[in-house]
Amino acid sequence: MSQAERTAQDIGEVVLEAVDVVKTYGATRALKGVGFSIHRGQVTTLFGENGAGKSTLMKILSGVEQPTSGTILLHGEPVAFTDTVDARERGISIIHQELSLAPNLSVRDNIFLGREITGPSGVDYAEEARQTKAVLDELGEDIDPMTKVADLRLGQQQLIEIARALSVDARILIMDEPTSALSATEVEVLFTVIHDLTARGVSIVYISHHLEEALEITDHAVVLRDGTVTATAVSADIDLPWVVRAMVGEGFDLGSPPTGYEFGEVALSVQGVSVPDAEIHGRNVVDRLDLEVRQGEIVCLYGLMGAGRTELLEAVAGRNPISEGRILKDGRDLAGLSIAQRIDAGLGLVPEDRQRDGLVQTMTVGRNMSLASIGSFVKGFFLSGRREADLVTDSIRSVHVKTAGGGAMIGSLSGGNQQKVVIGKMLATDPDVILLDEPSRGIDIGAKAEVFRLLAERARQGLAVVYTTSEVGECLSIAHRIVVLSRGRIAAEFGADTTKEAIMAASGEAVIS
Amino acid sequence: MTISERKPTMTTNATGQRRPALFSDGFDLGRLLLQGRAFFALIAIIVVFSVLSPNYLTVSNLLTMSSHVAVYAILAVGMLLVILNGGIDLSVGSTLGFSGVIAGFLMQGVPIGGVTLYPSLWVVVVLSCGMGAFIGLINGVLVARFRVAPFVATLGMLYVVRGVGLLMTNGLTYNNLAGDPALGNTGFDWLGFNRLFGLPIGVLVMIIVGIVVSLLLNRTVFGRWLYASGGNERAAELSGVPVKRVKVRVYVLSGLFAAIAGLILSSELTSASPTAGNSYELTAIAAVVIGGAALSGGIGNVRGTLLGAFVIGFLSDGLVIIGVSSYWQTVFTGAVIVLAVLLNSVQYTGKPRRSGGGRSDDQSTPTTPSPTSDAQAPAGAVPEKTRG
Ligand SMILES: Nc1ncnc2c1ncn2[C@@H]1O[C@H](COP(=O)(O)OP(=O)(O)OP(=O)(O)O)[C@@H](O)[C@H]1O
Ligand SMILES: [Mg+2]
Repeated sequence: MSQAERTAQDIGEVVLEAVDVVKTYGATRALKGVGFSIHRGQVTTLFGENGAGKSTLMKILSGVEQPTSGTILLHGEPVAFTDTVDARERGISIIHQELSLAPNLSVRDNIFLGREITGPSGVDYAEEARQTKAVLDELGEDIDPMTKVADLRLGQQQLIEIARALSVDARILIMDEPTSALSATEVEVLFTVIHDLTARGVSIVYISHHLEEALEITDHAVVLRDGTVTATAVSADIDLPWVVRAMVGEGFDLGSPPTGYEFGEVALSVQGVSVPDAEIHGRNVVDRLDLEVRQGEIVCLYGLMGAGRTELLEAVAGRNPISEGRILKDGRDLAGLSIAQRIDAGLGLVPEDRQRDGLVQTMTVGRNMSLASIGSFVKGFFLSGRREADLVTDSIRSVHVKTAGGGAMIGSLSGGNQQKVVIGKMLATDPDVILLDEPSRGIDIGAKAEVFRLLAERARQGLAVVYTTSEVGECLSIAHRIVVLSRGRIAAEFGADTTKEAIMAASGEAVIS
Repeated sequence: MTISERKPTMTTNATGQRRPALFSDGFDLGRLLLQGRAFFALIAIIVVFSVLSPNYLTVSNLLTMSSHVAVYAILAVGMLLVILNGGIDLSVGSTLGFSGVIAGFLMQGVPIGGVTLYPSLWVVVVLSCGMGAFIGLINGVLVARFRVAPFVATLGMLYVVRGVGLLMTNGLTYNNLAGDPALGNTGFDWLGFNRLFGLPIGVLVMIIVGIVVSLLLNRTVFGRWLYASGGNERAAELSGVPVKRVKVRVYVLSGLFAAIAGLILSSELTSASPTAGNSYELTAIAAVVIGGAALSGGIGNVRGTLLGAFVIGFLSDGLVIIGVSSYWQTVFTGAVIVLAVLLNSVQYTGKPRRSGGGRSDDQSTPTTPSPTSDAQAPAGAVPEKTRG
């Protein structure tokens, strides 16, 4: 690393700075005196494991939360944002980790929520629609501005969230895991947009647990650990192992397919199943698909957004009706069984959208964790509190949730830890077949490795695992078999010895070098 | 240089901790005080009226007021179940009145093929309650199976049930509910007038209903299902909760409790009027809300709801005792409802309106509740978005 390069990187003046910021939530010290700066026209990436305090810091910088102590400097001047509107007026915009869209409203209305364009005759809907279209075009997305957000796939919703932040014309744009539900192609488009923005002098903060992706775009890297900054560096100085070391203090490995045992009987058999499209009549999102998974086998479903992964898993779990075909578990036809009955039969789904489908926000961590298996600790008429408590403690330990305890409210957990609760909840039902839709969404590499290790271990005991991912690297970890979906059909199947390029090519995705 | 004392591993979890408070269900006074603005309101009401009238704080008056409260409280507990589910039941006032009408109708004797049958008391009670449950079932099926909005479905039933009651009685009131020893159907007034262990029967019924529903909510699978499906129906369903069944049952229970309240009321009045219980559904909703439940569902408990009913009942009776005009009574009751709920949101959203000299340290008070044993969590403390 030459001195010249280093200074070239450092040129960007500091536009927004946090000095010695502390944030406590009750007894939890989320930030313990953090210094953090954002440079003009550059991308600062923030790395850190789940619960390290990344989102908390960003919320403070964007006016969502107030620091317990410490100063925020905007262009060198101390500021105290009263709220997000205040911060937005000063040019700071944030994309939240958890979607904050109004699902009942249209794309257009969401994008302009709270800052509607008004003309002489009320809101100028036409102009709003035009601008919506323009910003979506920029993101390479063809969505009608009048579509209701609830009707969009999760990834598309995330794009709307991004579009909203972009349309504000912010000088500082904070992105807290903007890509957790996006496919590689969409991420590439987003990166092009980010490059445009930085060229125009917009400063970006980028948070992602997809480390390789984040490294691709970073100018400055900052690593948070347990509420303190443990490392900062410019991009030329760092590589993936450096980030991993700084984050978790050790090397990591997503694991390899468990071996040394024979697969058992066919546990799950999907035979010629079609799932009709909810919107377009006569179109199938899953089209006469066949899939067999044996006891002890781990299958990774890979595919672009809209390939039909979520729809397939939801149909198998009993959430969506199928229009043809059969789904068998251990040879038993599941037709007509409710979700609850399927869970009882040993088939569980970990849904993709944890806020909407995974968690009950009004309940505690423990009660969320035990919700799916609650039937098993009834003693007579009443629940056995002791057995429930044991289960919760066990589950919290086995999926490594970082929490003050089972009695903490679910909303006090960091995003990744909430995700682990959703996974733990299903594993607690002791299933024979588990379907996980993007289980690694929002969890850090350490946790990812642990979740995969856990799945591999359960597979060894006979659990059949099907999981989806939009990160190819995660297919090449514990999966024995990789099934690539495209337009509701199986485009290709690979063994564990395949390559990223082969998988991506089969999915119809442009291969990124 | 900050030295992290934490272990370098990513997990600091609850291992080794003592059994979380989550699972104990004891009566914790400290928490009650912390959460209980309804409790404070009640104390304040009692203190103020005791000062204003020497008759207020006497055992006999407290018991009289409690038996008034019982009717509202039993209704409110049923309403709580529905509200926990994220719904609303506007038909309970009508059901309450109708249950009295059914009882009155049966007590007058049912002419069947020339003979007039006088069902005995317990048959009357069972049939009235059954009718209440049946009305609830209709509500439940409308809401759960046919996806009619709870507000609309139960609003419709409010009218239908009231109308049927008026039709059955021609708008008249049954005045003779005493029965006749010769016919073997006496005892109806027992509910309203007798005492057991020095407590009016209505109050005892209220206590029993309170305990049973409390156990139901905190100790049974059904209770957990109810909290879960009220908090997030989609997530609950995907976790295997039979959300429709839960919904139907909740309305059935609400109808049943309304019928019980109706029996107590008509027994206390020794008459059954088809217009009894008019607008009681609103009182019940108010009690539930004062008791800290969230109308969006998933949050609330029996203790709060009972306190809410006492606040309303003790306030309005107190106003009567000190001779405030009934118009002012209405105004006061409304003001207390708003005030109690206002306190609720100030206390819990964690954004107190900048109290004098408020430093940012105010923010460090926990905005998220510490582990609590029941699912009562502050409304709005956990916004759906921006977590993570
Ligand atoms: N409202 C809250 N109440 C209590 N504790 C909270 C609250 N919000 C965050 N925390 C705690 O603060 C810590 C930091 O959380 P934060 O959400 O910033 O983590 P993060 O780095 O964004 O993690 P992730 O990668 O999982 O999103 C966690 O221990 C979390 O439990
Ligand atoms: Mg976060």
